[in-house]
Amino acid sequence: MKVLVTVKEVAEPDDDFAIDGTDIAASDLEYDLNEWDDYAVEAAVQLAEAGIADEVVAVTIGPERAEETIRMALAKGADRAVRVWDDAFEAGFADVPAKVTTFEAVVEAEEPDLVLGGVQAADTGFGATGVALAERIGFEHAAVVNDLEVDADAGVANVHRELEGGVEELTEVDLPAVLTVQTGLNEPRYASLRGIRQAQRKEIDAKDLADLGLSPDDVESGLTITSMYEPESESDAEIIEGDAGEAAGRLAEVLTELGVSA
Amino acid sequence: MSVLVVSEHRRGELRDVSYEAITAGRELADARDGDLHVAAIGGDLDRFAEDLNREGVDAVHSVANGEEFDHNVYQSAVGALLEKTGAGTVVIPNSVNGLDYAPAVAEAHDLALVTDAVGFEYDDGLTVTREMYGSKVETTVDVDGDRFVLTVRGGEWPPAEGVGDATVESVEVDHPESGARVKGFEEVGGGDVDIADADVLVSVGRGIEEEENLELVEELADALGATLSASRPIVDNGWLPKNRQVGQSGKVVTPDVYIAIGISGAVQHVAGMKGSDTIVAINTDPNAPIFDIADYGIVGDLFDVVPALIDEFA
Repeated sequence: MKVLVTVKEVAEPDDDFAIDGTDIAASDLEYDLNEWDDYAVEAAVQLAEAGIADEVVAVTIGPERAEETIRMALAKGADRAVRVWDDAFEAGFADVPAKVTTFEAVVEAEEPDLVLGGVQAADTGFGATGVALAERIGFEHAAVVNDLEVDADAGVANVHRELEGGVEELTEVDLPAVLTVQTGLNEPRYASLRGIRQAQRKEIDAKDLADLGLSPDDVESGLTITSMYEPESESDAEIIEGDAGEAAGRLAEVLTELGVSA
Repeated sequence: MSVLVVSEHRRGELRDVSYEAITAGRELADARDGDLHVAAIGGDLDRFAEDLNREGVDAVHSVANGEEFDHNVYQSAVGALLEKTGAGTVVIPNSVNGLDYAPAVAEAHDLALVTDAVGFEYDDGLTVTREMYGSKVETTVDVDGDRFVLTVRGGEWPPAEGVGDATVESVEVDHPESGARVKGFEEVGGGDVDIADADVLVSVGRGIEEEENLELVEELADALGATLSASRPIVDNGWLPKNRQVGQSGKVVTPDVYIAIGISGAVQHVAGMKGSDTIVAINTDPNAPIFDIADYGIVGDLFDVVPALIDEFA
């Protein structure tokens, strides 16, 4: 079977950051592979190592800079990658249908049996693309999966969905399916030196919308970010000043007053 | 235009966020001169319909399909109710199950989708307030068009109260045979220690950096006679067992004193510990959201502060 893994390069703000218009200033952002997608990549690679997946293809929507991120997926064991970008995406925030339309075109070309992606992206935190994609392409789905066993012969994935409050739902999902992966599903590997070297030789197929048979109108966003600001701190915390020793001394007084003792 | 709120229940109980979603839905219905419809799908429908009939609810629609959540049933039921009620707005809890069908509903019915709303205004159109970058910033998002699905974060709207005079109707819904079959549930996080019983918790997060550094917080917990708990990344890494996890997907704790060490205070974590009597936070980032709910804070390096604190109690 063939597994498609959706990955995203996410931006993480530095501790000190400035807001420039409706986004954080580019100079205050660091880019990395989305944490949730790291677990999705690991799940896909483990399926390949178990002989269940014949091919693992990583796909991303991202500018040229994102090749570094998608190469991490290749270094960890994905066989090849597709990177979609277009001037149309430069306009701003891509909403869920825009991403789904793009991934739908990739799914039509790749014909995977299983699509894995993170539950959400760390930056925008929508948590919606995977389930919306499943609906569009007619796949089954399960959201927030923290345990996965694929039975290719039976054509099902047995998953746990991590509900709130320490309860997991045990669900059998027909393939083909889209599963959104929660952190903790596995232990994502670090890319080995050998993997990193091999990744340099693996193919990253860069495509624009026209290559996928799409036009900029197809990915026009119905959502617009109109402002961004730091939320007002509602803190009424007593911030304990001083060096570590002084601060610890004062905190010890507070804790003792509260009756804390061994 | 009318508004449809979809309630959520699990193992026989409506979840609180259902009543909060009713409040949000009523606000939208008022802004749009529409009725407020509430759906109860599966489970103990008579009891749910009675409980959901809060002030401001115009109609409760009950759909009798199974006991537990099934996203195919929910998708079909919402589709049928959109048609029946003419609603153009759907409000769904931003929960694990909500996110298992809300995006599909939006996709299937060509509705705009904004998830994890913490606030909104409706004037000529919808403007949603939501967080980005792990709660470090808030944004306002304008939605094109007047038909949309909104998922609302728990704890952001007060629960609807009182008793309404809603009509209650049961609705027959055809749904396709489900390709995702729930086989059962599993409680996780049993084991030797119940962190929910502790009076004092020393709780450790990503700031501890390495597994071997856990010794430091274990030593502090011993010095304070406290129990050790953790935020999600520590458990995801396998450094502590799941029964030590505080937060939305772990345990909800309400100790007398909660000491958060190297925990930034993501919303999922805060949901599990905000009821603590006294909250102490030690973190290097002065902007970390944990300080918003802390009673006492030290902005500093835990590797300096924690050893000094251990010395104080030695």
